[in-house]
Amino acid sequence: MSAVIENHHDDHDHGPAKGITRWLYTTNHKDIGTLYLWFSFAMFLIGGAMAMIIRAELFQPGMQIVEPEFYNQMITLHGLIMIFGGVMPAFVGLANWLVPMMIGAPDMALPRMNNLSFWILPFAFFILLSSLFMEGGAPNFGWTFYAPLSTTYAPPSVTFFIFSVHIMGASSIMGAINVVVTIMNMRAPGVTLMKMPLFVWSWLITAYLLIAVMPVLAGAVTMMLMDIHFGTSFFNAAGGGDPVLFQHIFWFFGHPEVYIMILPAFGIVSHIIETFSRKQLFGYSSMVWAMLSIAILSFVVWAHHMFTVGLPLAAEIFFMWATMLIAVPTGVKVFNWVATMFRGSLTFETPMLFAVAFVVLFTIGGLSGLMLAIVPADFQYHDTYFVVAHFHYVLVPGAIFSIMAAVYYWIPKWSGNMYDERLGKLHFWLSFIGVNVTFFPQHFIGLAGMPRRYPDYALIFADWNMVSSIGAFLFGFSQLLFLFIVIKTVMGGKKATDQVWEGAKGLEWTVASPAPYHTFSTPPKVD
Amino acid sequence: MSGGSYYVPDQSRFPIFMAVSLFLLVMGASSTINNLDDPTSNSVYILYSGFACLFLTMFFWFRQVINEHLAGLDSNQLKQSYVYGMAWFIFSEVMFFAAFFGALFYVRTLAVPWLAGEGSKGAAITAIELWPAFESSWPVMTTPDQGNEYDLADKSMAWPGWSKALLWLPLWNTIVLLSSSWTVHLAHLGLKKGNRKKFNVYLGVTVLLALIFVGLQALEYYEAYAHYGLKLNSGIYGSTFFMLTGFHGFHVMMGGFMLAIMLARSVFAGHFEQHDHFGFEAASWYWHFVDVVWLMLFIFVYIL
Repeated sequence: MSAVIENHHDDHDHGPAKGITRWLYTTNHKDIGTLYLWFSFAMFLIGGAMAMIIRAELFQPGMQIVEPEFYNQMITLHGLIMIFGGVMPAFVGLANWLVPMMIGAPDMALPRMNNLSFWILPFAFFILLSSLFMEGGAPNFGWTFYAPLSTTYAPPSVTFFIFSVHIMGASSIMGAINVVVTIMNMRAPGVTLMKMPLFVWSWLITAYLLIAVMPVLAGAVTMMLMDIHFGTSFFNAAGGGDPVLFQHIFWFFGHPEVYIMILPAFGIVSHIIETFSRKQLFGYSSMVWAMLSIAILSFVVWAHHMFTVGLPLAAEIFFMWATMLIAVPTGVKVFNWVATMFRGSLTFETPMLFAVAFVVLFTIGGLSGLMLAIVPADFQYHDTYFVVAHFHYVLVPGAIFSIMAAVYYWIPKWSGNMYDERLGKLHFWLSFIGVNVTFFPQHFIGLAGMPRRYPDYALIFADWNMVSSIGAFLFGFSQLLFLFIVIKTVMGGKKATDQVWEGAKGLEWTVASPAPYHTFSTPPKVD
Repeated sequence: MSGGSYYVPDQSRFPIFMAVSLFLLVMGASSTINNLDDPTSNSVYILYSGFACLFLTMFFWFRQVINEHLAGLDSNQLKQSYVYGMAWFIFSEVMFFAAFFGALFYVRTLAVPWLAGEGSKGAAITAIELWPAFESSWPVMTTPDQGNEYDLADKSMAWPGWSKALLWLPLWNTIVLLSSSWTVHLAHLGLKKGNRKKFNVYLGVTVLLALIFVGLQALEYYEAYAHYGLKLNSGIYGSTFFMLTGFHGFHVMMGGFMLAIMLARSVFAGHFEQHDHFGFEAASWYWHFVDVVWLMLFIFVYIL
């Protein structure tokens, strides 16, 4: 038996293995983080290409480019790919790279499971994308897959969709368990809970949310599967079930899910604003408590997505007030970020530009969320482009800007090279202008009554739709610049110092740039 | 591994094999389910190969983990990671059942009464006059469409009254499963005292009780289908009943399988020490979890 172990024992301090097997068999948190980040970038470009198709079709009223059926498949896949393939894996990739370095751990707690949670994803998205080529086409019921659209009226590929969601969920749960265990168990001596960097805190809370709600999503798609193929009636009123039950279960998952996509962003932005303000972060512990409050509240607000299904009045009032309550901890966070910048020695390198844009634009998205939370107003806004504008404001200049900020901020540590500051700033301004030109007009056409998820629209919406499409093309194509900048930085460039940024604090800035393959072989001293 | 330094694990090919197995498994499952009406379809073989690969990978993966442990490669920190990992995994399982219990509570307390016209929302639904004859009751024995799409059940699995209590299978299932939780605890106590014989015997009894439970559950399903007319497609009652008890039964099989492996490891390989037996402990946690789920089922699916 010891022979099994033998060859396993004596190769500790070596660097990465050579060739493709490095990536297939790796148990290294940095390799796996890199895999996650590149995977999410690929999905971001695929989902982005779908967004381009959508905006091209909406450039003018009338049907131009695609069939309505294909348009529905595009909006469905765009949402699913961006959420499950773009934003979530990007944050898991960042967690993989950063959490062990920030807490002084040698690696993730369960490195082999870490590899598994990544490698499930390419297969899951292969299945999802292959449904485009199946008989009846890809899923066409929107990313929220409401019953009965996704049960009674779904194309046959819905079965493949269900199982791909199942394994995506398994991947997320394993990834989240790994993060929780790493943070609970692998902190270097001296890294107490209230000394943890905020990104670590944000991920601890996010991972808890993931473990709590991904199984609920698995339950929802399982009920769908049974309703479609095995004659149950969970979502069928003729058998005593209720299609609205689907929405309850889905949004019980879905609302914590949207915080899963924003809490790590809060952590990232806190680090970046602190560094480039050259000050201590204002209100560290209130930041932690705010994130915890947001996470807990996220479990009791789900029905604000369903105000128009005919909820009892008491439920509408409860969910309205609970939702508005979330503005309080979120306000605390925005206040703290602004207070950190107040009288700081600010400089505006690319990560800081993205972080400041995050604070402003995410707040706009938050305010439109507050408007949507008001039940009588929501009767007007529900399922219009106002909703589309709202959640794109919190996801694109929210989640995605924070991911880009994180890439610019930490890529010197990852690659050892500085990115091209001039190109980075160009990328920022193109993205910033693009995103606002795309989504700000959607507020107007939404309030004017344009419904979402239609390939055609009334003539009165034509002007702002054209503006929106132009903005979308600008934003979309400027991401190719981002790809170029990242590749250029990885290939070479000005060498980065260990500290990289003048004001940067934290364990990850004490190690070499690029960070050694195994960061800490003994626990670092932290006081 | 010198004292105080971290254990850095080596590369492993198990995870990617597992990912490929899962891929085969879900591709096979999807195409099999989509081709249920087509007798010429061969997709079920993809499903089988997925299962086979999954079991093989798990076997070799766990074997390596056990061997590493026996060779003393695990630091205390890594052992603690396994403990946390298992605890959070069980929490995720709790949330999976929560979805189905949530569905049960929702249809029982809201959806079914509304369909029968109760409350302001119900009045609005009946105003459509889709199913005016439907009356609210639980178990729902007559579906709103009066069985046009569904096989209606003659009898439900609900509490039959004290006179027939001893003939009621769920009561026996409860007794069996609660005792098995107790015996697995006795086995654990035996192990902690270093009494291997006690450990093996009580663990064996636990596995036996698990088998009995699964047998009784199969008998109950047979009764439901053959004598009660209660089926998966008997409307919402059949849906919730079979999905909740079915997923629970599936988890009993998994937990029982884990315990059986632990028994085999102890009997044939002499694994587990007085102060070092987390493999067994994890399986026993899982078993207690399955037991708690059953108690919830017994109360909310059968009794109330």
